[in-house]
Amino acid sequence: MNVTMNTLVKWLSATALGLMLLPGTASAAWQLNLSPPVSHAGFVAYELHNFMTLICLVIFIGVFAVLGYSLYAHRKSKGHKAAGFHENLAVEIAWIAVPFVILVVMAVPATKALLDLRDASEPDITIKATGYQWKWGYDYLKGDGEGVHFMSVLATPRDQIEGKEPKGEHYLLEVDNPVVVPVNKKVRILTTANDVIHSWSMQEFGIKQDAVPGFIRDAAFKAEKEGTYRGQCSELCGKDHGFMPIVVEVVSAEKYAAWVDEQKKKMAAAMGDPNKVWTLDEMKAYGEKVYTTNCVACHQANGKGIPGAFPALDGSKIATGPNADHINRVLNGKTGTAMAAFGNQLSDTDIAAVITYERNSWGNKTGDLIQPAEIKAARK
Amino acid sequence: MEAVHDHHAADHDHHQPSGLMRWITTTNHKDIGTMYLWFSFIMFMVGGAMSMVIRAELFEPGLQFISPERYNQMITLHALIMVFGAIMPAFVGFANWMIPLQIGAPDMAFARMNNWSFWILPVAGSMLVGSLLAPGGAAGTGWTLYPPLSVQSGMGMDMAIFGIHLLGMSSIMGSINIITTILNLRAPGMTLMKMPLFSWTWLITAYLLIAVMPVLAGAVTMLLTDRHFGTSFFSAAGGGDPVLFQHIFWFFGHPEVYIIALPAFGVISEVIPAFSRKPIFGYASMVYAIASIAIISFFVWAHHMYVTGIPLTGQLYFMYATMLIAVPTGVKVFNWVATMWRGSLSFETPMLFALGFLFLFTLGGFSGLVLAITAVDVQLQDTYYVVAHFHYVMVAGALFSAYAGAYYWLPKWTGHMYNETLGKWHFWLSLIFFNMTFFVQHFLGLAGMPRRIPDYALQFADFNRISSLGAFGFGLSQLLFLYIVIKTIKGGKKAEANAWGDAPGLEWTVPSPAPHHTFEVPPVIK
Amino acid sequence: MSQQASRYFVPQPSHWPIIGSLALALMGAGAVMWVNKVAAGPYSVAAGFCVLVYMLFGWFGTVIRESEGGKYSKLVDGSFRWGMSWFIFSEVMFFAAFFGALFYTRTLSVPDLASADNLGLLYPHFSDMWPSAGPGFKDKFTPMAAWGIPAINTLLLLSSGATLTWAHWGLLKNKRAQLTIGLILTILLGVTFIYLQATEYAEAYSHLNLKLTTGVYGSTFFMLTGFHGFHVTLGATMLTVILFRVMSGHFKPDHHFAFEAVAWYWHFVDVVWLLLFVLVYWL
Ligand code: HEA
Ligand code: HEA
Ligand code: HEC
Ligand code: CUA
Ligand SMILES: [Cu+2]
Repeated sequence: MNVTMNTLVKWLSATALGLMLLPGTASAAWQLNLSPPVSHAGFVAYELHNFMTLICLVIFIGVFAVLGYSLYAHRKSKGHKAAGFHENLAVEIAWIAVPFVILVVMAVPATKALLDLRDASEPDITIKATGYQWKWGYDYLKGDGEGVHFMSVLATPRDQIEGKEPKGEHYLLEVDNPVVVPVNKKVRILTTANDVIHSWSMQEFGIKQDAVPGFIRDAAFKAEKEGTYRGQCSELCGKDHGFMPIVVEVVSAEKYAAWVDEQKKKMAAAMGDPNKVWTLDEMKAYGEKVYTTNCVACHQANGKGIPGAFPALDGSKIATGPNADHINRVLNGKTGTAMAAFGNQLSDTDIAAVITYERNSWGNKTGDLIQPAEIKAARK
Repeated sequence: MEAVHDHHAADHDHHQPSGLMRWITTTNHKDIGTMYLWFSFIMFMVGGAMSMVIRAELFEPGLQFISPERYNQMITLHALIMVFGAIMPAFVGFANWMIPLQIGAPDMAFARMNNWSFWILPVAGSMLVGSLLAPGGAAGTGWTLYPPLSVQSGMGMDMAIFGIHLLGMSSIMGSINIITTILNLRAPGMTLMKMPLFSWTWLITAYLLIAVMPVLAGAVTMLLTDRHFGTSFFSAAGGGDPVLFQHIFWFFGHPEVYIIALPAFGVISEVIPAFSRKPIFGYASMVYAIASIAIISFFVWAHHMYVTGIPLTGQLYFMYATMLIAVPTGVKVFNWVATMWRGSLSFETPMLFALGFLFLFTLGGFSGLVLAITAVDVQLQDTYYVVAHFHYVMVAGALFSAYAGAYYWLPKWTGHMYNETLGKWHFWLSLIFFNMTFFVQHFLGLAGMPRRIPDYALQFADFNRISSLGAFGFGLSQLLFLYIVIKTIKGGKKAEANAWGDAPGLEWTVPSPAPHHTFEVPPVIK
Repeated sequence: MSQQASRYFVPQPSHWPIIGSLALALMGAGAVMWVNKVAAGPYSVAAGFCVLVYMLFGWFGTVIRESEGGKYSKLVDGSFRWGMSWFIFSEVMFFAAFFGALFYTRTLSVPDLASADNLGLLYPHFSDMWPSAGPGFKDKFTPMAAWGIPAINTLLLLSSGATLTWAHWGLLKNKRAQLTIGLILTILLGVTFIYLQATEYAEAYSHLNLKLTTGVYGSTFFMLTGFHGFHVTLGATMLTVILFRVMSGHFKPDHHFAFEAVAWYWHFVDVVWLLLFVLVYWL
């Protein structure tokens, strides 16, 4: 059925599209159906979609064949005289009953598929995915790799987006730190969000789950094929909603173990020494990096923000006023606005650095140097 | 049958203001209907222009014309304006013009309030469009206005909220008027079960509107207090839930899509019999189908929320309930086909648009059914498949039906026949470009392209280009309609009282153009 | 002809609607500015409100003149009845949204916030009970008790429904004194209700630490009772208008739709209160 369906869809659409001559069509293959699934739930959904489309197509063709005949045969221009009938109880009951039966036929596999999909019991690994404006944070909560956590940010360079540079193969679908999971292990994804609703979705696994701030939701999958899979945030979450992809690498058990080791080492290194005393230049240089990954989206590289939506930091009262206010704003954010609390996302060093950077960049020339220890003290 | 009694007392027309004041102070349902229709077409151009910006930005990957935040504002306003500014007022315009004519009433029940319902709209419309100029721009949350994103936004969001309040007031007043007119002012002998189906669909639609517009008003009021007065309806920290908004919104939103669809069904149920020269098939089952659709539409709302984390039982219930709507909608489709069966069919422009509607709306209904299946929707939710679905039912559905109605009744409104050749061009261009724009979006959605994004991955490039080209063609073709209408108003072949020869309905018993006052004495219904 | 003409009533062109739209434009724009702290906001709202009041006076004045001038036939009266019923239905649905929110938070969101996954990861110490101000609310507050002022208010509103019906009987039997007294009593009861409600709010803010910002309990409590109080105020105002009309000799036993419309409205407000009393204060 699967094959017939695909051929049918392809054939129909190819005819439709063949009529439209298009200049400069790129060569990429035209995908006309859901992506090939690699999990049980994905597979069931894929089949179900084909099944639904097929039935609908058959009814559609049936109904419009009758209509087509009528349009042809009962034309006035051909001299056809109108009949007078205008009701028929038997027919009318039939076309209530038959569709109803068809719906029941559809509902049976639809119910089964849903039960499969919602089964998140007994996972091997539990990962929490937190949506931030506009990146994903991952915490490996249970199972192999417990304790690993990292942020996952779009890796496509700005220049590609603005057309100053040719676009790469995985344009907009690439991140700095992909999620890595072992093949054939059941993974439970807990979703939540820090600011607004996001949605974690991966078509090949058959799942999509909104990440609602303040609540935990879940979904589960067991990927049966190694490879790299790409999805995108699927709930409008503001300006850069289109720029927070999700990348999952499904790897063998050995590779997974190696990856976990590597992550743990990286995390230990990243902790830094909270008691280290930095110089202003070191701090600014590091702060610029933190700023570019975490703050540019809103406050912009030139520190001017976006008038009306995101305030300028260049010359801002907070970024040039008392240190404590500035630290407080970055640590705790401001509720009801897009300015999130970064206290739980960034380390003391990161925050000290980014604040130092902001106080000494663009037109801001305070000369203040914030040390990680001050941030530590400011955390309640 | 002598239906018009144009000997109305001289005192009626004493102080008729002229010029602009005529339109501002009018209490005449035909004038008000005309204003609704023009307003809706202007809004359609505005909303359409926004969709052109959207399609231009999506023409190729990368950011070209507008920033992502402007893009989000564009889709939000495009949708709000199309739904509340273009499609709904268009059908209210039809209702104003045609319901009194169809049921043999002299005017709407509350003629002054009728005028007010209309004149609130330009205020609300300016508020929505004007929000583009607010600091921080318009609301960029999508027309669904989900918090917490909508709690974050700036002043433009407040303009949208108050704009929606005004639109709601207008709709509620308009609907009270329509229901009352239909229930109370039918000419003697015009029983409910003799009433033309267009009036029937509006009776039910008005009921839906009165039931759900206040709910939307409540939802945006809670949004407003969450934004500015510290309430916690939609904030987990205070014990509320962002998803609560979605429940309330869709309790309004799903009936809303039938508010758009039912009057469209009504128009089609007038046009098809007229050009089949045969009475509508299954009148009674049509009425019951309309009523069942309206009732079921209150119980299916969470099919927009399958992936928000509602419990499994909820997903199952809402899936079954949603699927059920296919039954009464199917009854309508089958009845229309049966009406044409063994008729004496001719294919003037209204009929062509009605057929286009039938074909494409059904397609859109089927994609809706696919979306109703929870496990499949999880794959397709918030992708272009959904965008394709609802443009099939709302553009090829509601908009095509509005065109069918406009061509059908233009002779009655203007007293002239429109240019048939141009009308046919309008139809065929619309049909082709519509499908070019939206058919390919099914594939984009299946391949996983999310909606509401200003830029996309490379594998989506080809279909998006096709879609954009189609959209530009579709947009340009709509200018043809404007030209045809203006030309028809200015002149053209004189229309008979029954412009289509033997179209059924009281409206065809009065001269064309319909005199300013009709049925001041109730007509005799056989 | 004159017989026929009186069957329908199609009014002359009128400038009241556009004045109403102007009022709404001023109020809408003003409200947007106000909540965004633009200085002109309150003035614009006030100006709009004045225009609205002017419009209401003018418009209703016209309607009253037409009505007393005998221009409204039985058919027109029927239209008014349908119109008012559907208007009240729309109000019912408006309240339904807020009752829905209350139901949802009580039965779904608060329990959900205290579910196992949430407790483990987000709020270690949150428990599922109502009233609740949510896991982020650190203060303490006292919920409003049902058997103090609210119970008295219930009695007040119920008796006001009775006095209004009594007034209506008076009107039907053309006992004008009974009508007037009944109306005055109803208005007094309504005003007392509003006064007590204001005291209750003051108490909540000053002693119970129960505010609009007290989590979702505060939100639902104040929004529901607040909108209800607003409707009582509106109803009392309309009753006052009716009272003045009665005193100028308006209404006949067989022709007094305005009176009935306001009475329906008042009973509707009563019923909403009963629901509030049970669902917000008591349970
Ligand atoms: C005019 C407007 C209109 C209409 C009429 C419909 C009709 C239907 N819609 Fe649609 N819908 C929208 C407008 C509309 N919709 C909009 C605007 C959205 C998106 C909102 C947003 O998120 O922005 C949406 C989204 C939407 C979703 C959510 C998708 C998502 O976000 O994930 C779903 C899911 O169930 C759905 C289902 C349906 C169904 C089952 C119907 C049914 O009524 C269709 C019934 C018709 C038929 C089935 C065809 C005819 C029947 C037969 C010929 C009989 C025989 C058939 C069978 C037995 C199969 N719609
Ligand atoms: C009834 C409602 C309605 C109507 C009629 C339309 C009409 C159109 N819509 Fe719209 N649309 C919605 C309701 C509607 N839409 C809704 C509810 C959404 C969801 C928004 C959200 O996500 O929140 C949406 C979203 C939406 C998107 C998805 C955006 C996104 O998710 O990122 C797109 C993209 O292609 C689109 C395109 C179009 C096009 C090309 C038309 C065309 O049919 C319009 C054609 C009309 C004209 C063009 C106007 C007339 C012509 C002129 C003014 C002349 C000038 C012309 C040229 C310069 C060519 N719409
Ligand atoms: C999602 C968007 C967003 C991101 C990302 C963001 N901010 Fe902000 N920021 C805002 C908004 C909106 C405000 C204004 C809040 C208000 O209304 O007071 C703000 C305000 C500020 C202010 C106060 C400015 C003033 O004068 O009021 C500072 C300082 C600041 N942000 C620093 C940062 C730092 C440091 C980062 C990164 C670590 C960051 N922001 C990331 C949106 C953002
Ligand atoms: Cu995050 Cu969209
Ligand atoms: Cu729906």
